[in-house]
Amino acid sequence: MHRFAKPSVFLKLTDPILPWLAGATAILIAAGLYFALFASPIDYQQGDTVRIMYLHVPAAWMGLFCYVGMAICGAMSLIWKHPLADICARATAPIGATFTALCLITGSLWGEPMWGTWWVWDARLTSMLILLFLYLGYIALVNAFDDPERGSKAGSALALVGAINVPIVKFSVDWWNTLHQPASIVRMDGPAVDPSMQLPLALMILGFTSYYFVVLILRVRLELNERRIRALQLSGMFDERPDHKDAGSRNYEAGHNMEANQ
Amino acid sequence: MNGFFAILRRDLSLALRQGADSVMVVAFFIVTTTLFPFGVGPEANILARIASGVIWVSALLAAMLSLERVFQTDYEDGTLELLTLSPVSLELLVLGKVLAHWLTTGLPLIIAAPLMALMLNMDQDGFITLMVAMLLGTPALSLIGAIGAALILGARRGGVLVSLLVLPLYIPVLIFGAGAVEAALLGISATAQLQIMAAILLIALAATPFATANAVRQAME
Amino acid sequence: MADFSGSDLTCLRGERLVFGGLSFAAKSGDAVMLRGRNGAGKSSLLRVMAGLLSPRSGQVCWDGESIADDRIAHHARLHYLGHPDAVKPVLSVRDNLRLWGQLRGVQNIEHEIDAALDVLDIHHLARVSGRYLSSGQKRRTALARILMGQSDLWLLDEPTVGLDRESCGEVSRMIADFRARGGIVIYSTHIDLEVDNPTVLDLDEFAIPMVEWLLEHPELDGTSPVSTQEAAQ
Repeated sequence: MHRFAKPSVFLKLTDPILPWLAGATAILIAAGLYFALFASPIDYQQGDTVRIMYLHVPAAWMGLFCYVGMAICGAMSLIWKHPLADICARATAPIGATFTALCLITGSLWGEPMWGTWWVWDARLTSMLILLFLYLGYIALVNAFDDPERGSKAGSALALVGAINVPIVKFSVDWWNTLHQPASIVRMDGPAVDPSMQLPLALMILGFTSYYFVVLILRVRLELNERRIRALQLSGMFDERPDHKDAGSRNYEAGHNMEANQ
Repeated sequence: MNGFFAILRRDLSLALRQGADSVMVVAFFIVTTTLFPFGVGPEANILARIASGVIWVSALLAAMLSLERVFQTDYEDGTLELLTLSPVSLELLVLGKVLAHWLTTGLPLIIAAPLMALMLNMDQDGFITLMVAMLLGTPALSLIGAIGAALILGARRGGVLVSLLVLPLYIPVLIFGAGAVEAALLGISATAQLQIMAAILLIALAATPFATANAVRQAME
Repeated sequence: MADFSGSDLTCLRGERLVFGGLSFAAKSGDAVMLRGRNGAGKSSLLRVMAGLLSPRSGQVCWDGESIADDRIAHHARLHYLGHPDAVKPVLSVRDNLRLWGQLRGVQNIEHEIDAALDVLDIHHLARVSGRYLSSGQKRRTALARILMGQSDLWLLDEPTVGLDRESCGEVSRMIADFRARGGIVIYSTHIDLEVDNPTVLDLDEFAIPMVEWLLEHPELDGTSPVSTQEAAQ
């Protein structure tokens, strides 16, 4: 576990994976979009608006998937105290929040023509909204500290607490919703999914998931590089005063070798 | 257990001598509740309909506002450091502090709630249920809120942040608390809601001290 | 004969390397003085010794057992004095001290408080609220706390801040008494506190430039640019 989690090992491992993953993402999403927009039947009731589903459902899936991933990273960071787990959790949050927001927006766009309203206090919509709040709380907490490490650790604890709370929130929102079910003709289950719709849906879900991994790898690399820069700054390598020439040139050597060896 | 009672006694005597805190929480609760009739109009039917929700939301906000001081002052003057270093389990000390917080904020709210229910024209059938629900709900609010209060130690803009962290976690308590009162008002038994609230309280009692103590230790690093 | 030691301690604060490869050892009756420029990690080292801060590498041991294994036992044997005085403004000096006595499970608390206040010559202030104390009096209240109950180890972070020369003498006497009873004192100070032949631990010796340390310990990083292997290629 630890060997695998070493940042240098992470960089080495992800280097060859990244282009393949990026390619797979592009192909999956392109194929998914083709099937979703052109090669799938329209719904006899909903017409073309049913095509929103191909964005909406995968986005909802990603919202949940990212939160679970964040909580797992949080647990790993608290148990094994490895910095990479924190960085992964931190890098996942904005992605998850964006997908959750995308899910809510597409849901709202889909709801307008279907249900005649932009927003209903449906159990699923409400749960997704609360999930978005949990993401925003995490992001705000992580960025509220001067010491990034302290922020990540606090965030990991929060992600875990949130993960334990998510089922309770889901349960209570379901209860609340059945209690207050508005008298409506809305079919909340959405359309029954026809086999011809399953293929584009599956492609889009796979495409979104691999997109997530691409962005995650890029963000983690960015964070590692930022830390590298901060470490070099702290080491005094960028001290440009002339009387520090000796120290500077020695550090420059060290830095130069690093560059050369990458 | 000595440590638990020692910290409980000290926090209570601090609260008593500073005094204003409990009064402020209750005053905030009353003022917030009073704002609703201005917002939705003085019509008795409407007020009676929304009374349970209004009281719960106001109580939630009042309990949340006072959260920051559970650990903040102790953190600033170095007391929290010494509490972490005392030869007593930190979980127990945290529990003592949360109990003190509940006794000085949750309990006064429970006493003030029927008064506001009266002013909002709520049917008297709901009063007992309201107080029982608050008796089960407010300790859970203090327990869950303490995690947030410990997580934000040392953060910038801690006060606003704690509300963003804690309010989503409060939703279950709000749903079942308001649901219990509504059921009682409709003449249905509220036992199911109250049982779930008791379950939430027990889970919070068992799990949150560990999370809070962990967050406090992190803040000390 | 108690034995308090640390080996190969490395401490990172935030992402800054404070010190590395630091070792120390102390026996009953010893005093260790921490010296170093600002930011050399005197406070951090004391916090590591107290168990508030976990070192990035290395371990601190009491009688050969790591303090991380039994934190409560370690807390029971030590008194820590940090920069803040932890005196509550609305409580009297006596009430302030009582809490710490209760948390340590001290028997006969009132008697112990009296004794501690006598040693620091603030007995006349026992009933005064914290808010009316001068900063020197607050510091002495904080010092009275470390006299409460049994302890084998004092970790004092600049104990004499805000004290006048006479009070410094009292602190010296406290330390001498404690050592005579077999206690270990580890302290940092800017002014010279009169302590009989302390071991001096100069933290400046353990400061390591960030770059070198990163190259030596790629497995510890989180920040490491390249592993040694790569650098050797």
